Amino acid sequence: MKEKRAQDPNDPVLPAVEERELVYGGLEAGLGEVFEVPIGPIHPALKEPIRLTFKVRGERIVGVQVRTGFAHRGIEFMGMRQGRNLIQILYLSERICGICSISHPIAFTQAVERAAGIEVPPRAQYIRVIISELERIHSHLLWAGVAAHELGFDTLLHLTWRVREKVLDILEELTGNRINYAIPIFGGVRRDITPDQYPKVREALRYYRGLLNELLDAFLRDPTVEARTRGVGILEPKEAEELCAVGPTARASGLRKDVRQDRPYLAYPDFEVKAITPEDYGLTPMGDVYDKIVVRLLEVGQSIEIIEKALDNMPDGEITSFPKIPALLAHLKKAEGEGLGWHEAPRGEVIHYVRLVSGEESPLVWKVKAPTYSNLMSWYPMFEDQEVADIPIIAACIDPCICCMDRVYLVRDGKEEILTKEELLRLSWEKTRRMAR
Amino acid sequence: MIFKTLLSQALSRPATNKFPAKYMPRSILGFLAKVQEGKARIHPPVPVPPKFRGKLAYDREKCIGCQLCIRVCPAKVIEFLPEVKKIRIHVARCTFCAQCVDACPTNALSATPEFLLADTDRNSPNLIVE
Repeated sequence: MKEKRAQDPNDPVLPAVEERELVYGGLEAGLGEVFEVPIGPIHPALKEPIRLTFKVRGERIVGVQVRTGFAHRGIEFMGMRQGRNLIQILYLSERICGICSISHPIAFTQAVERAAGIEVPPRAQYIRVIISELERIHSHLLWAGVAAHELGFDTLLHLTWRVREKVLDILEELTGNRINYAIPIFGGVRRDITPDQYPKVREALRYYRGLLNELLDAFLRDPTVEARTRGVGILEPKEAEELCAVGPTARASGLRKDVRQDRPYLAYPDFEVKAITPEDYGLTPMGDVYDKIVVRLLEVGQSIEIIEKALDNMPDGEITSFPKIPALLAHLKKAEGEGLGWHEAPRGEVIHYVRLVSGEESPLVWKVKAPTYSNLMSWYPMFEDQEVADIPIIAACIDPCICCMDRVYLVRDGKEEILTKEELLRLSWEKTRRMAR
Repeated sequence: MIFKTLLSQALSRPATNKFPAKYMPRSILGFLAKVQEGKARIHPPVPVPPKFRGKLAYDREKCIGCQLCIRVCPAKVIEFLPEVKKIRIHVARCTFCAQCVDACPTNALSATPEFLLADTDRNSPNLIVE
């Protein structure tokens, strides 16, 4: 394939990639020919559909172009216009991401609670925190396994995923399902943590506490992992800040950025969460893949501490301020206003915006921002001057969740459109006018 | 580092539960046919916790036909039968959130621990609760 592939303009599946000046990617002319390597949208190496077009010179990547929009599901549209009430939309929001399946409902319930003026009892806040931290343990272990798999170290993948089973069992014990826990509801949670479940959770936490050093050993003191990840996919702190990276991706570059620390919500002020960077492990942050492994594994330890503290200081009382569903539905129907909800998902910051109108069961506006949306741009500096063999691990190191991120896809008259900045601005003005009415 | 773990793994039992049979049968379909005839037994799956949300159970006598479950169901699983003022649940579409169980004012609905629901027909009697 030559640099400029002859593209059929009528090709309906893969429309012509817009040739743009790359912000990052150093296209200086040099020796050797530049080839274009398209990966995706459907590719055996990808778990989710996305199109990455690499410009390579020999084994070096000189440029990358990311194209998304292949997995748009229109979840917000289903919530806003299809006559669903907010309780039904809650379960829809849970299915935005299969792995962060409490992060999105927590952000969504917070947004609705702020809009409708609903108080959450302290015990319910603690239960939400416990479940979301358990989810962080499971998600980070899942990512560590995937990272090992992308490095070609499948023994480590199976080892990590075997120990991950324990936290899934605990989540099943507490909520009723291994994933899609369905635990938060507006004004509280649906299931209480009963006294006989405390020892089981504590036992699992002991198990992980003992295991954490073993995992850190297996990942960080292993010469193979170090050789494959040190200096690979570097994201400088300045770039991370400029490109608005969030979550472990930003923290691995040394930015102390964590929603739980910067804008505490629910019961998080009680735990005084501090953002974790590789400095806490005695390393200078480089922002490479190794640092991302460090941050995620240390966050497993942080989550264990938070859950232990939460179990020790669990307040008594109600778990929901609306025990009767008809009363809740009536209150939500009367509610009017707008609300913003946020949560530090395992991958970074999730934001939900909701605007309720009195007399309507479904919200007028529901906007979702998934963490991968913020992190995707950091691929550009990360891929710069890397080797082709490192593509899978660099792509995986931001823990991408493509389906959560694909939030907008514009098709007009059967044709896909790419909007310019001015057009987007105009659309946002129109939307503001429509909402102000 | 990892060799020690690997050696200990070689000596320990597998972490997974053998299902549906303890040893690999020569033919899975033949084994399942034998199970149906009562000649063989399925090796039981891992027991589920008490809060587990499985297939819904419906107590027709307790139902008052208030349709609250239909209002909260996110997957539109529940069909109302206006003549008898009762409901019919299509389990094939159920997302197992058990919100209807929470909403039911007379406790006519409950979540059972049953989860082996694979079927070739979405309208098979196994997947319709009424």
